Amino acid sequence: MTTIFEVLNLSKRFGGLVVTNDVSLTLNKGDRVALIGPNGAGKTTFVNLVTGHLKPGAGTVRMDGVDVTADTPTKRVRAGLVRTFQVTRLFSEMMPEEHVALALLQREGRSGQMLTNYHFMPEIMSETYDILGVLGLRDVAKLPVSEIAYGQQRLLEIALAMALRPKVLLLDEPAAGVPHADTVLIEKALAQLPPDLAVLMIEHDMDFVFRFAQRVIVLAAGAIIFDGSPEAVANDPHVREAYLGSYADARSVA
Amino acid sequence: MPAASLDIEGLSAGYGPTRILEDVSFSVPAGGRLAILGRNGMGKTTLFATIAGQTRRYDGRINLDEGDLSALSGPDRALRGLGYVPQSRAIFKSLTVEENLFVGLKSRPKSALEEAYAMFPRLAERRRNLGSQLSGGEQQMLTTARSILGQPTVLLLDEPLEGLAPVICDELMAAFLSLAETKAMTILLVEQRIKAALDFAESVLILERGRVAWSGTPAELEAQPETVDRLLGVGH
Repeated sequence: MTTIFEVLNLSKRFGGLVVTNDVSLTLNKGDRVALIGPNGAGKTTFVNLVTGHLKPGAGTVRMDGVDVTADTPTKRVRAGLVRTFQVTRLFSEMMPEEHVALALLQREGRSGQMLTNYHFMPEIMSETYDILGVLGLRDVAKLPVSEIAYGQQRLLEIALAMALRPKVLLLDEPAAGVPHADTVLIEKALAQLPPDLAVLMIEHDMDFVFRFAQRVIVLAAGAIIFDGSPEAVANDPHVREAYLGSYADARSVA
Repeated sequence: MPAASLDIEGLSAGYGPTRILEDVSFSVPAGGRLAILGRNGMGKTTLFATIAGQTRRYDGRINLDEGDLSALSGPDRALRGLGYVPQSRAIFKSLTVEENLFVGLKSRPKSALEEAYAMFPRLAERRRNLGSQLSGGEQQMLTTARSILGQPTVLLLDEPLEGLAPVICDELMAAFLSLAETKAMTILLVEQRIKAALDFAESVLILERGRVAWSGTPAELEAQPETVDRLLGVGH
């Protein structure tokens, strides 16, 4: 197992409130990890801290062995640390094809060519459709985003993240707002991601979490209270009480 | 005020020239629990927004305990007892949690805030924090608590479980059930978690392209997997 991402003793306070409390974790290449925990436990704050959207009070973030704690969010993306957001941030009038092509041009440092016709750039077109294919979006590639299903919009967000060639992908509630019946689309798409990509997913849909994750980390009041297998987390009394509730019972029965 | 009945007759609505709802009719008795299901884009949120007076109504009536609300403004409908928890977590981000809750009190005394804190202890811990400092799930709790504080007679809940921890979902659904069973509120629920919605509701309505495609009880729906697949399944 090759370590790709390390967080060491990360802490953050908002005034008197400790939102991240001495958090340390490691992701290896190919990991599929779920980060769960009560509302306000600090899950999104953790993602904001490690991606550079918030400055930590203490701690270190390493990508591929390199300390990126002082780097800007953009520099971290270039190092391979990429995230998605809880709420979609797409251009409703633009097509999925345009979104991905523009992300690729940005990645290649060719954002000045955004207004030119990328259809004449074979390498951009080819990679655009490769990525859309992985996410199952080829059929809707030329529809305005406003006309595609919300689940597909969430997939497009992941496509944009993939366009940045991540080594570590942080997904913040990718199934939020998606009909339960459609989360299978997201699951199928995630199954197509490159096997050496490390994925950390925040999600409250426990059926999804337990199908996706090989490992589950539980955050409560800013601190990690559990890090282990999905089977073990469902049987942990503290996690059951603080977070899972009747879901744990249903799972035990199942 | 005790729960009120809600009677929707031939409701059609939309945005500008785009018609979203067509001839939607249904009734919910006082203290009733109705789940409204359907895939995304089928008109569920538009239905609630139209009942709440936030979307243009082309035709139809919205009767709350025999009184037609359809000519009233949104705020006037709220004063008549209609509560609406929108999907968008519409909180005031520059106000504290407690200040947000004050907005929902209407003319009730400040001591009523404790009802919100009993329902969501997490909000009590965060009462002095600004809305902008809340997590997504905490914002969802605040939106719901603020509406319930106003003691609506009919409450429209648009995906109230989104972003909430499983244990909070359990507690919240139990609280909604209690509010309806004690005849404090009539509750209409739009929810993507079909099982949670069916466990809660007495009756179910499925929207398909802005029309009522199916209605019945949760037991009837569960006995028709082909209906579930056709109207709620993937890829249709």
